[in-house]
Amino acid sequence: MAAGLQNGRERRRERIDRGIKVRTDGLYALLSWREMCYLVAPRALLVAGLLIAPLLLPTLWQRVFCLTGIYTLLAFAYDFLVSYVGFVSLGGALWMGIGGYTAGIIASEFGLPPVLTLPIATFLGGAICTLLLMPTLRLRGIYFAIATFVYPFIFNHLIEALQIAGGTLGLMNLPTIQNDWVLVYTMAVFVLIVLFGLRRLVSEDLGIVFRSMMENDQAVSAAGINIVFLKIIGVFIASCIGCFAGAFLCVLYGSVSMSFFALDFSILPIAATVIGGAGTFAGALLGAVVLVPLTELIRGFGSLRMVAYSLILVLFVALKPVGVLPYLTRKYEQFERWVEV
Amino acid sequence: MSEKESPALIRVENVTKSFYGVRALNGVSFNVARGEVLGIMGPNGSGKTTLINCLTGFLKPTSGAIYFQGEDITGQAPYKIANAGIGRTFQIVRPYYTLPAYKNLIAPMFSPRARKFAGGGGLGDRDAIAIDILEELGFERDARVPYKPAGTLPLGYLKRLELARCLALKADVMVCDEVFSGLGAAEISSLLPLLERLNGEGVTLIMIEHRLKELFRLASRVVVLNYGVKLFDGAPEAAMRDEAVKEAYFGKGKEAVL
Repeated sequence: MAAGLQNGRERRRERIDRGIKVRTDGLYALLSWREMCYLVAPRALLVAGLLIAPLLLPTLWQRVFCLTGIYTLLAFAYDFLVSYVGFVSLGGALWMGIGGYTAGIIASEFGLPPVLTLPIATFLGGAICTLLLMPTLRLRGIYFAIATFVYPFIFNHLIEALQIAGGTLGLMNLPTIQNDWVLVYTMAVFVLIVLFGLRRLVSEDLGIVFRSMMENDQAVSAAGINIVFLKIIGVFIASCIGCFAGAFLCVLYGSVSMSFFALDFSILPIAATVIGGAGTFAGALLGAVVLVPLTELIRGFGSLRMVAYSLILVLFVALKPVGVLPYLTRKYEQFERWVEV
Repeated sequence: MSEKESPALIRVENVTKSFYGVRALNGVSFNVARGEVLGIMGPNGSGKTTLINCLTGFLKPTSGAIYFQGEDITGQAPYKIANAGIGRTFQIVRPYYTLPAYKNLIAPMFSPRARKFAGGGGLGDRDAIAIDILEELGFERDARVPYKPAGTLPLGYLKRLELARCLALKADVMVCDEVFSGLGAAEISSLLPLLERLNGEGVTLIMIEHRLKELFRLASRVVVLNYGVKLFDGAPEAAMRDEAVKEAYFGKGKEAVL
């Protein structure tokens, strides 16, 4: 509550929750059209925005739209792991690389079309990542983060040293989807499905158990739940989302190379989540929608780009550490007015 | 009573636990009968919590065996033992702080054991069941309390929440690690009849306790540990007259003043 003096009188800002009945669950939302609109409006705006945006974008920017989607998915996966399963992940690059190379190898070895490589790479890649990370799941602390951080380097050097999977050049001339509209809308729809799916998941029983485990894993195993299995499920869900992003990039470019293991894919999603607000998923989307096009816009700055970009991040962390979305949510859900004390 | 007429629910046989040469438990054996309240007491550092951790799977005994309903559960994973029917509370309460109190019970209700009792896949209205369990355990005094984040609740409620987790698991045996510690007299006196009622409903209780007055009111039998060795096993009144127990608690030649 901000307090202030004006005209010699002391005032303070009063905040009143609006529609509190609506925001609690149950049938209250059906009380009136107004309440329903109040609930549906932000969601409808998001869905409509994502579906209409590609129509308004110039052709060149449709590729940026797809890239934004990729970073959004990575940010979802990061947000899910860090806010609901309790793992700090630097795994964006790992997911991109495994997803991308799985799709690439399937496409080049068996000549499968993208319609098949995308789903196969999503689940196969997710399973591979989960297997790779499994040894760290028994441990608490930073080991998971270290493992996710180190694997991309290992794979990069393996590919370089052994000249496997196309070596330093990568796999090229893979089958792509020629129609940009199909690509763009596949991405838009998938982002929406993952967003609403994850938000649903974390409020369902399984999500509540995940959150319980994040707070105290021993108490959850005393409650009769196999926490290692639960962690495997959590990491698998996140890995599948991340690997879809990698496979999609492979289909988008028609090639896959060592740059799929680049650190950008780990860092930018984290930045997007921090800016948007962790734990909301929609915040991660918002962060990516701001950051990725911005990175494209300031590409002309050359290496100064990273400076501008880092400054934005630092400013956000310092000034709005909860993120943009929780701030906007609060504004949406509360009236504010000045009252004299 | 012969062994065959009333087979023990839990048999602890010669359990030893060493931590790098320190023997926290040294050949401890005892039985727990179905439906009884067993107190486990002993001075600080006598191995009570280690014993409970071995029993509930959080520690693996160095040697010895533990049987539950005739089955060997020695060294099994905690979740398996919980699903077999042994629930536990923690001495230092472990709620899920950011979740509302009633959502704390979703995890045990999600366990295979609780789902089996609920009749397979049918989940029912878990939130309503959770609130019922909490009300049964004394949350009914304030209807808003179950909806508050567990982190904002006073210790008395959190101790009840620990018990509620065992109830939600439908545990046959509840292992209570110092439920009374840190509570005021008023809270203890309201928690006592609750435990008596649970026992009356057929739950076997194993209680670690330093509050001997309360323990003796509940327990039909006590096991006394000292330096990881079982000193005494028998009726509470006899424990207080036992010379070895007196010595462990009060030193040589001193008398108990309760």
